[in-house]
Amino acid sequence: MKYFSLIWAGLYRKPIRSFLTLASIFIAFLLFGLLQSVSRAFESGVDLSGADRLIVAPKYSIVDLIPLSYRNQIRQIEGVENIAHRTWFGGTYKDPANFFPRWPVPAKEFLEIYTEYILPPEQKQAFITIRTGIIAGRSIADKYEWKVGDKIPFIADIWENKDKGPWVFDLVGIYDGKDETVSTDQMFINYDYFDEYRAFEVGAVGTLILKISDPDQSAAIATQVDAMFANSSDETKTSTEQAYNQMFAKQMGDIGFIMTAILSAVFFTILLLTGNTMAQAIRERIPELAILKTIGFTNRSVLLIVIAESVCLSLLGGILGLVMATMMIPGLGASIPFFIGLEMNPVTFATGVCAAIALGIVVGLMPAFRAMRLNIVDALGKHV
Amino acid sequence: MADNLIQIRDVCKTYHRGKMEIPVLQALNLDIQEGDFLALMGPSGSGKTTLLNLIGGLDKPTSGSVEIGGQRIDQLSETRLARWRSRNVGFVFQLYNLLPVLTAQRNVELPLLLTGLSGAERKKRALTALSVVGLEDRATHKPAELSGGQEQRVAIARALVSDPCLLICDEPTGDLDRKTADEILDLLQVLNRDHGKTIVMVTHDPKAADHANHRLHLDKGSLTAEIPA
Ligand SMILES: Nc1ncnc2c1ncn2[C@@H]1O[C@H](COP(=O)(O)OP(=O)(O)O)[C@@H](O)[C@H]1O
Ligand SMILES: [Mg+2]
Repeated sequence: MKYFSLIWAGLYRKPIRSFLTLASIFIAFLLFGLLQSVSRAFESGVDLSGADRLIVAPKYSIVDLIPLSYRNQIRQIEGVENIAHRTWFGGTYKDPANFFPRWPVPAKEFLEIYTEYILPPEQKQAFITIRTGIIAGRSIADKYEWKVGDKIPFIADIWENKDKGPWVFDLVGIYDGKDETVSTDQMFINYDYFDEYRAFEVGAVGTLILKISDPDQSAAIATQVDAMFANSSDETKTSTEQAYNQMFAKQMGDIGFIMTAILSAVFFTILLLTGNTMAQAIRERIPELAILKTIGFTNRSVLLIVIAESVCLSLLGGILGLVMATMMIPGLGASIPFFIGLEMNPVTFATGVCAAIALGIVVGLMPAFRAMRLNIVDALGKHV
Repeated sequence: MADNLIQIRDVCKTYHRGKMEIPVLQALNLDIQEGDFLALMGPSGSGKTTLLNLIGGLDKPTSGSVEIGGQRIDQLSETRLARWRSRNVGFVFQLYNLLPVLTAQRNVELPLLLTGLSGAERKKRALTALSVVGLEDRATHKPAELSGGQEQRVAIARALVSDPCLLICDEPTGDLDRKTADEILDLLQVLNRDHGKTIVMVTHDPKAADHANHRLHLDKGSLTAEIPA
């Protein structure tokens, strides 16, 4: 690349300005990388779990409870393979800020249904047999430095126990997700112990979770379940886990949309300002470009040199920004539970690189055409 | 007797500024022999630069012909004219016109970027050209670190590096003090005498014109010869 010295000469002419331009492009593409990855996460939240699970919730309010005994009637329904349940435990671990979901669940059925949680067989067994056992997701265990065998205490808030004291559990297992889309930011408590030791509402649970054999039957089964308990004191509302998650994801999506809108505005503002600066930098060098033409550089080579220069700058800034975003994203994922497992998508990266090249060309094109059509006599003389 | 290197026949040049026409050169004829050192004098605005630009292939006449080394350069396309310039003409301007961020050596190398020469060969030739103008020890200096006279020498080295037969100099000493100007003119004289370069130089300065073999006077678009002093 023998023209490199010329391209470098253009950029080095005002090093501070080139550096600031580079920095703006860097920040714009850092934003771009983060933005794209986060909005992907908002979108992907929807399809985290399968349609083969139904959630049976209290009809009117999610803080209501339903009797566990419903299980026996539901089991009669054709197509229901297995039934688990969960109840919001609440509680405080050391500090109220240490927030993560904790659920009492029936150990055996829960592990059968939630095959996306991976544990060694002996830990599964321990969870089923040890009454005070709990299992925690990998990211929770890492965050609080828990090891299997630790005793983990919680101060009660919703669920007082019979001794009106703290709940102390034994950590018997740490689960991983079967792939990176599965978050590991929850904790599960052996229900039998919870139910026996709680001070009130014995036999009541938050939601029932039905594993069904054929997802196509989900609507029919949901209707059947709700009909079964219609006009009872505890009516139910049954939906697929997917729909349940979708509702949640929609609210996140709205937040995502606002974030996307703001960040996009910032991104494009930076690009406009940068483009203007780069175009101006080239305009200032018109006399130098005229010299090149005098010496015998053709119009085409002058055009290419100018475009190469702006592409170099925007590509360098763009790649640095995208690399920085790639490095920051896992950290971002680890600090916000919903984003766990977030990482730079190769398509996002490639899109960013293409955008950087396009930016360089668009910005360089106008002044490059001017430089190309430049009349040497006018540019050298004082007749411009 | 040497052949004519340059033949200018019935050249007219008219500039257009909007609707206004500015006739600068009218039916001008000029022959310059190979190996000549010609000084072109005349009042400001008389068209000296315009004529020089026509000879150097930077501009084309409105009518008439410009033939250099047997080549009708007024008939070349822009791209071919650019290539012709890179092979046949070296340019020296009043304001040196070096690229400020490049070292002397890199500035001198610029015309060689248009050739197929390797980087090492380009460097070698640039250093040779710098030594011809007596600046081999300033190869790594940038223009801002050089005096005006040194900058003009670098510009002359750049004009020489691709070994053109013709040097076009537009007031090369216009921005220099007497002593430095004389050094530059001596250098041009050496290039003419010992290296066989044909030189066409525009100048205001009668002392500068003394270094040339011939003088021509351009006034209101026509030429008159002057007997050398
Ligand atoms: N590019 C141009 N456009 C319009 N007029 C020009 C241009 N170049 C030169 N002129 C006019 O042509 C005349 C001769 O200019 P020039 O050749 O530069 O004179 P000199 O070099 O002898 O001072 C001047 O009147 C100048 O204003
Ligand atoms: Mg002039």
